[in-house]
Amino acid sequence: MYEVPDAPGTSSPGGSPDGTEISIAINNVGKIFQSDNKETIALDGVDLSIKRHEFVAIVGPSGCGKSTLMRLIAGLTFPTSGSVAVDHVVVDQAITNLGIVFQKPVLLEWRNVLNNVLLQVEMRGLNPKDFEDRAHELLRSVGLSDFANSYPYELSGGMQQRAGIVRALIHDPPLLMMDEPFGALDALTREQMRIDLEELWLATKKTVLFITHSIDEAVLLADRVVVMSPRPGKIETIIDINLERPRGLAARKYPEFEKAVDRITEIFLAKGVLHGGRNRAKPV
Amino acid sequence: MSDNPQSPTALPNKPSQAWAQRLKGARQFLISFVILFLVWELAVHAFDVKSYLLPAPSLIWQEFSGRWRYVLDNTWVTTSEILVGYLIAIAVSVPLAVFVAYFPTMERTIYPIIVFLQIVPKIAIAPLFIIWFGFGFTPKILLVFLLSFFPIVVSSIAGFKSIDEETMELAKSTGASSWMIFRKIRLPHAMPAIFTGLKVAAALSSTAAVVAEFVASDKGLGYLLLRYNGDIETPMVFATIMVLSIVGLVVYYAVEYIEKISIPWHVSQRSDTSRFDVSS
Ligand SMILES: Nc1ncnc2c1ncn2[C@@H]1O[C@H](COP(=O)(O)OP(=O)(O)OP(=O)(O)O)[C@@H](O)[C@H]1O
Ligand SMILES: [Mg+2]
Repeated sequence: MYEVPDAPGTSSPGGSPDGTEISIAINNVGKIFQSDNKETIALDGVDLSIKRHEFVAIVGPSGCGKSTLMRLIAGLTFPTSGSVAVDHVVVDQAITNLGIVFQKPVLLEWRNVLNNVLLQVEMRGLNPKDFEDRAHELLRSVGLSDFANSYPYELSGGMQQRAGIVRALIHDPPLLMMDEPFGALDALTREQMRIDLEELWLATKKTVLFITHSIDEAVLLADRVVVMSPRPGKIETIIDINLERPRGLAARKYPEFEKAVDRITEIFLAKGVLHGGRNRAKPV
Repeated sequence: MSDNPQSPTALPNKPSQAWAQRLKGARQFLISFVILFLVWELAVHAFDVKSYLLPAPSLIWQEFSGRWRYVLDNTWVTTSEILVGYLIAIAVSVPLAVFVAYFPTMERTIYPIIVFLQIVPKIAIAPLFIIWFGFGFTPKILLVFLLSFFPIVVSSIAGFKSIDEETMELAKSTGASSWMIFRKIRLPHAMPAIFTGLKVAAALSSTAAVVAEFVASDKGLGYLLLRYNGDIETPMVFATIMVLSIVGLVVYYAVEYIEKISIPWHVSQRSDTSRFDVSS
């Protein structure tokens, strides 16, 4: 699916040269937002470490601090207490060897899809010409080949989101952070994108942090699922998923899949995030 | 989507169709003016209106065609006052807006002053300018500058500041320099707002030039207006007002044209709202 030309001047898929790979260490992090007279504890006592090449998914209800956690790792905001380190270096400014898919598509309305994708490399001082083939290939792989010259306003929400995903991949970053990247997609496209993402990850072994509202999606994609609860946002449990890869479409049938989904559901039930239908074996 | 043969506007992006559309607009515009002048002409004759009260269009034209050179010379004077004052206003206010948008201290100190000064009726200052700068070109340019300055600076500041958080975060995550972020993101983002200010300023600038000429001058359309008015040469007053309106229109539409070619992507410039229209 993602058989695309390598990004010029960056690491080749499979084996990145030393120093471009990432490990993340989050140490007892708290984040408090202060506004006028209100204090919001977005995160409290969060500990998490992510190994290189690991695929970590975060699930949790709205407002539990998932996006905030992603921003802290990216150095786009800073912890009120505790520390975040990427590659053993404390994050005190925006880190750049990564690709981010934001919760909103964040496309520039004066650039067409192709040029929105190429913005990523232009801003890095690279020559966009060198990345055009790769951009077209990536756009094709997400089903946007006919829309390279379209402007954002001509795209549906799901298409905009896919353009944002391509922009996060164009420079082949060793770390990929995706904040509900499939949120605006229809169920079928979503399934396909999930399968493609797993293939991409298997081929390139990026470190991936994947935020989602979907328990299924988290279990199907991740090596580990971080389960969060709100007010104050903290990590309830981290669950290892030992399903063999590629998981593709089949993995839903495995008992391990059901077990993991059930466990997460139980946690949300216990936390009052989900309620009612307590006797149901598992939610739809 | 556009399989409706009855809707030629479904793909107005084709240049030929866009031009056809525009020509059609121009024709309708002309026709309504011709009708207006005809009714005017007939009414003046039918009710025997005195020419010093309301001259017929034919009389205006007759008077004007005898003195068009003189009027044109004065038109050029006023036009250059407008252009120079307007361009200086752009050159000063856009960079100032950048500073205010980028530096919080500037915003705290300068922005309140700008807002306060904006409330002062600038035209009331015109007589002072004559005392300070005399009779010539300078006080006119200053007034044009002053009236153009505020709308441009205020909307430019809004334009530079209104970038959403995620776009800036995306920019930061690329490690781009501030200059790069300014060039590729902030400035293009601010363009629609800047143009909004430019258009308001364009409309004000001709008023400013004429008012400045009213106060003290010996040339320009404002001067002509006062003189013809004093001599009760009403047809020439009308002719001068018409020329002045044309100058104002040309300046305004020039700005709008530049807007159209520099930010064709913006909502305000999309002629084709029917593009996603699937109803037939
Ligand atoms: N810039 C900010 N200023 C003030 N409060 C903030 C800010 N950003 C986030 N918050 C607060 O922090 C909490 C966590 O927000 P965050 O966006 O991380 O949640 P989330 O888990 O990503 O939610 P969702 O699933 O809805 O995207 C919320 O209560 C939110 O109101
Ligand atoms: Mg979020």
